[in-house]
Amino acid sequence: MITVSSVSLSFTHDGQIQSVLDDISFEIEAHDSCAIIGPSGCGKTSLLFLLAGILQPDSGTLTITGNPRCGTILQNYGLFPWKTVAENIGLGLTLKKAEKTKTRQVVAQLLEEMELDGFDTHFPGQLSGGMQQRVALARALAIDPEILYMDEPLSSLDALTRERLQNLILDIVHKRKITAVLVTHSIEEAVFLGKKIIILSRRPARILKVVGNPGAVSPDYRQSDQFFHQCIRLRELLKGEINGQEA
Amino acid sequence: MGRKRDIFIAALVLLAVWQVFALLLNSMALPQPWAVLVDLGSKLADGSLIDDLAVSSMRALAGIALALAAAVPLGLIVGAEDHIGKRVSPFIYLLYPIPHVVLLPLIIILFGIGNFSKIFLIALIVFFQILVTTRDGARSIHRNYFHSIKTLGATRLQMYRHLILPATLPKIMTAMRISVGTSVAILFFVESFATTTGLGYIIMDSWGRADYISLYTGISSMALLGFTLYLILDRIEQHVCRWMSDH
Repeated sequence: MITVSSVSLSFTHDGQIQSVLDDISFEIEAHDSCAIIGPSGCGKTSLLFLLAGILQPDSGTLTITGNPRCGTILQNYGLFPWKTVAENIGLGLTLKKAEKTKTRQVVAQLLEEMELDGFDTHFPGQLSGGMQQRVALARALAIDPEILYMDEPLSSLDALTRERLQNLILDIVHKRKITAVLVTHSIEEAVFLGKKIIILSRRPARILKVVGNPGAVSPDYRQSDQFFHQCIRLRELLKGEINGQEA
Repeated sequence: MGRKRDIFIAALVLLAVWQVFALLLNSMALPQPWAVLVDLGSKLADGSLIDDLAVSSMRALAGIALALAAAVPLGLIVGAEDHIGKRVSPFIYLLYPIPHVVLLPLIIILFGIGNFSKIFLIALIVFFQILVTTRDGARSIHRNYFHSIKTLGATRLQMYRHLILPATLPKIMTAMRISVGTSVAILFFVESFATTTGLGYIIMDSWGRADYISLYTGISSMALLGFTLYLILDRIEQHVCRWMSDH
């Protein structure tokens, strides 16, 4: 279980202290999926960086029970352009000094699962955006994570590729019983992938509302009335925030 | 190979331009290229030029290797470790713009007039070129790459191996290209006195004897040396920066 209580974070920019996150508290149950959504620039990525251990909070506590293996997919620059697809996928295992035969086995399996067969010796720069994201997903999965952090993993993709990868993520998260935390600015994506949706205010981010979304377990959900109603509800909640920002 | 053919054509054009100027000028100071090529060929064939070519190559290569071995690790550390960079960069800032050639008297007093002084001066000058480029390269790595490798659990040493060095390699290769040109130029300077071997000596000696064909044989050999080093670098770059050319 992930427990965030009263977490605040600020950055110093040009000598001025800017508050980014203000008194954030929430919980994510193990094997659950949670989407974090909010206006752009509100501090979503910073919150994910805190969870992934890239940043440390100024105050408050962040507890993750057990000592789970964590995989992370970052928005850009996640893959190393100088490493081949296979080297990228196996990097987590290489760094942990896993046996080479084991690494090779895991990589081969993931290449197949992500439909990347035959691309193992390619470099990321030679792949399409959708393929690169599948490599990033494969790399995060290679260490067999119990928690998967994703920062706008699909933001640069076209609509159809995006839907396909959303289905893939949903499928993997359920099959492997992964606790998934997803940061996104897309309402549909949040409703499709998050059984719990945390809506953040504009900067400094506070929690506006936590919405339960129990339907987000099957790919058919996308076609249901419930899905549309949730999207409309989220849009209303976010609209107020964005209008407030412009005012 | 189109590129090889283009280089060959460019060489022919340069020889033609040389020929035209030699005919127009009609001076002993600019012999015709065929006379120089015949002299160069016969000296290579009878082995009289081989020793000098070997000595000069050794001096240039040893100088570059020495500089590379010192400048790359230092440049990577100064560029990647902020606290070290802050302390060391002011020294680089002050020492880099000095024309290091002027240190020759000091180097000769310290190390004598043998080969080492010559190699050391080449190394010293090339050192700063590689150091500054490597440092700037390491400094400009996007911080998301660091986030990415951090989430995979890399140690600091692993970051150097999998991220900082490979990301900086293209810049290092550029620095090497510039260094090849510089080292051959310095080679001429350091071989123009206190030695009776090397291509620089041949040029100075022929000049003194007003043997202009031999003088141009020396110049052509130096050009050949620079060109060969360039070709070797090309090969190395194609190998270590494969990810950049394969797009």
